[in-house]
Amino acid sequence: MENHSHEEHGHEHHGNFWTTYIFSEDHKVIAKQFLITGMIWALIGGTLSVIFRLQLGFPNANLSWLKPLLGGWITAEGKIDPEFYLALVTMHGTIMVFFVLTAGLSGTFSNFLIPLQVGARDMASGFMNMLSYWFFFASSCVMFTSLFISTGPAAGGWVIYPPLSALPQAISGSGLGMTLWLVSMALFIISSLLGSINYITTVINLRTVGMSFTKLPLTIWAFFFTAIIGILSFPVLFAAALLLIFDRSFGTSFYLSDIYIGGEALPNEGGSPILFQHLFWFLGHPEVYIVLLPALGITSEIISTNSRKPIFGYKAMVGSMLFIAVLSFVVWAHHMFVTGMNPFLGSIFTLLTLIIAVPSAVKIFNYVTTIWRGNLRFTPAMLFSIGLVSFFLTGGITGLFVGNSAVDIQLHDTYFVVAHFHLVMGAASFFGMVAGVYHWFPKMFGRMMNDKLGYIHFWITFIGIYMVFFPMHYIGIAGFPRRYYTWTNFETFGGFTDLNMVVSISAIVSVGAQFIFLFNFIYSIFRGKLAPANPWQSNTLEWTTPRHPQHGNWPGEIPTVYRWPYDYSKPGAKEDYIPQHIPFSETPESNLPHESELIKLEGIDNTMRVEEKKHH
Amino acid sequence: MNMIIGLGVVLVVAILYMIFRIGRLMEVAKEKNEDDNSWNNINAFLFLLFMVFGLIGFFYYSYKHYGTYEPPVASEHGVVTDNLFWITMAITVVAFVAIFIVMFWFTYIYRYNKNRRAAFFADNHYLEITWTVIPAVVLALLILKGLRVWGDITGPASKEAVVIEMIGQQFAWTARYPGVKDRELGHHNYKLIDASNEFGLDLTDKNSFDDFKSLTLYLPKGKEVLLKIRAKDVIHSVFLPHFRVKMDAVPGMQTQFKFTPTKTTEEMRTETGNAKFNYEMACTEVCGRGHFSMRFPVIVVEPDEYERWMASQTPWLKQNPDYMKYVPANLKEAAAIKAGLSLEGIQTSNSVSLK
Repeated sequence: MENHSHEEHGHEHHGNFWTTYIFSEDHKVIAKQFLITGMIWALIGGTLSVIFRLQLGFPNANLSWLKPLLGGWITAEGKIDPEFYLALVTMHGTIMVFFVLTAGLSGTFSNFLIPLQVGARDMASGFMNMLSYWFFFASSCVMFTSLFISTGPAAGGWVIYPPLSALPQAISGSGLGMTLWLVSMALFIISSLLGSINYITTVINLRTVGMSFTKLPLTIWAFFFTAIIGILSFPVLFAAALLLIFDRSFGTSFYLSDIYIGGEALPNEGGSPILFQHLFWFLGHPEVYIVLLPALGITSEIISTNSRKPIFGYKAMVGSMLFIAVLSFVVWAHHMFVTGMNPFLGSIFTLLTLIIAVPSAVKIFNYVTTIWRGNLRFTPAMLFSIGLVSFFLTGGITGLFVGNSAVDIQLHDTYFVVAHFHLVMGAASFFGMVAGVYHWFPKMFGRMMNDKLGYIHFWITFIGIYMVFFPMHYIGIAGFPRRYYTWTNFETFGGFTDLNMVVSISAIVSVGAQFIFLFNFIYSIFRGKLAPANPWQSNTLEWTTPRHPQHGNWPGEIPTVYRWPYDYSKPGAKEDYIPQHIPFSETPESNLPHESELIKLEGIDNTMRVEEKKHH
Repeated sequence: MNMIIGLGVVLVVAILYMIFRIGRLMEVAKEKNEDDNSWNNINAFLFLLFMVFGLIGFFYYSYKHYGTYEPPVASEHGVVTDNLFWITMAITVVAFVAIFIVMFWFTYIYRYNKNRRAAFFADNHYLEITWTVIPAVVLALLILKGLRVWGDITGPASKEAVVIEMIGQQFAWTARYPGVKDRELGHHNYKLIDASNEFGLDLTDKNSFDDFKSLTLYLPKGKEVLLKIRAKDVIHSVFLPHFRVKMDAVPGMQTQFKFTPTKTTEEMRTETGNAKFNYEMACTEVCGRGHFSMRFPVIVVEPDEYERWMASQTPWLKQNPDYMKYVPANLKEAAAIKAGLSLEGIQTSNSVSLK
């Protein structure tokens, strides 16, 4: 128990402005840095989607009023340039997947909650943690710069399939824009790896006395699995990007072969674009779970707390996350059923893909059973968590269509897929992130967010997001291909102008509603009601810290953990919650038979700790 | 104008802020009762309303617009995959509606009540096993059916299949048909592509002499068609929505898709009641600026009419007689016959070796 040796000086860190707020090694400050950067990115990503939804919902509108913002990307007729349209969808995808839902979600909550919930003074390496943020910051700067260059940012889709992404003569975004994209992603991957190593190490080594793995909150399990997935998959994207850099700049032919473009035959022979797709999706699919698992962990905690009821099937929840984490590595090629990959592989990946639906279904059933006979308090965090379960259900269930190769033939790359993944990983993860902010805001800033504004924010966003993505199922079944600037060239795709307008209006309203959140967030940091010590009557350790925990988190000793984090509404107990650090000896009225036996061990634990202290 | 709009926005935001401030102050002044449960009840009730109206909207729209969102099917395997699609739909809609109702019913009836205590119900192995096994069994059935269909669709094409090559490039499709003389596509090589020889046709292969180009995809009804697909520059994707066909066109490798059209364009016009109905092909893999414009017309005709159309087409070599110079000397006569060129003049010109 290394961390206990820091007790004497752990909370005595008083740096100057720079070391406290900018180059801080305090996990709580780093978490806030990730959160605020992620929120800025979310606004940018959301704004990009509004711009391209204007084009899709109102194809005849004159958009010249956007000229002050977009300049030359608006044509003389007041239309969005078709190539810029592709840049918009590409950057929207990249920003949302990586910068918001990976860095903004994992970066924020893994950093903030792991030390606080496992009972550690800080991350295993505060310095690496700081580097992790600053690599992310550098990566953000590079990606942000690419939005403003004259040839435009990367425009070949967020999946950057070569040859399109390798050849500037194919699309202008594949020039400098793509170079910056690759540099930015390389920095991003370094940031992600530095973070993940820290998360894993901290969870394994720095748990407080008594915090066995079986007593970890589900949030920590989720962050732990997420970090492992990240460490195993991001290096593969790095390799893929590196080979692409070689193809782009040094004349190699990893992904290029038999290309005739711009009136000349390129010398590259023997490469395979499919190779890139395999490498990309080997990260790309686990990435879905990198984005989703933290959100599921957060909502497990929030739903249990606000249902005043233990999470149903703790072991099944951990087991299903483990199963999902393992399976996430062997389903990647379901993105490639119709790319010309060997059809036999299509069969294998259909089988594995549909198996992953089983643990996902278990999770949904467990959530629903958790609220059954609960005593539900609809805090904004709880509303967003229930919203997440609903999106996870609606979006996840369509995975049974697109995961089945024979059905996927028709649906692949249509709006059906857009609806599917936006609900199941986009909206669901986003809701997990927002729920987390509402729930842990009191711990982050010592004040409460306004709940009325939270309700308004939730209802507009919840219904808005359904209105955006539910209609897309119909549009997708009708075969409308994604990444189309307009469908007017086709008779087959002539319909649904009304539905597309509904989608666009809903998208604008949903993005607009986020400003309510933004206002609430900033206002509450300075003027919110002061937060009580444990505003949600929650069991986990972070609520045993002071209102403004200093670097080191606990002013005195780190509490010892005696019980699992879900002792809510235990029969016989006075309160409807018993925090993790309350020993069984203090709650004889509510102990289960096997728990009463554990009382005998409590003393032994304490003597062990005293012994340990002497050593240090 | 922009100034006025800007001022208006600022004004609205300022008013909203004032309302918010006043609301906050009133709350503080009233010293709101902490046990006040009204907002909790409102949220619970809104979830219930959302569930009811959401489901009504879903069923109403799906029923009322049934004809508009599923493109009519016109291929043999398309009927089978559509069938699988609707089986999956039935299963998922039942599961979705059941869970949706249960979940939002629970959020309503178990809303907070200070006189009630939640149940301490942490696990139940029978329940958990049940809802692990049931989805597993249902999924197994879907997988089995799906794999059988997938196997049929991706299996080898029959020897009699009509072979047509689709070539994608920025931002247009072209089709290459084997001529009626040999019914085989000739070899191609991307290094031979130039302004006229857009296929990169290799004229040292005798099968290439009668190949012809078409800017419409003609298909015979009731015959198996094997599309051989390739791309010249970046990845494209052949998408024939009515035939439930989709396959990427990848530079450097050939992909393929076999299917059997079951309805001629005319029959489809009668069926849909749309005298202007046309089959179409689209690109579904992002390929650059003109991705959205890669439309390629498709016409399905009766087999005899298809044969007549095939016979009436002009081989590429006949359209580009200059390229006879690339045909090896010993094949020139065969080439002239197959392409339908007159022999005179050709024998005098010397053959030029390939670039």
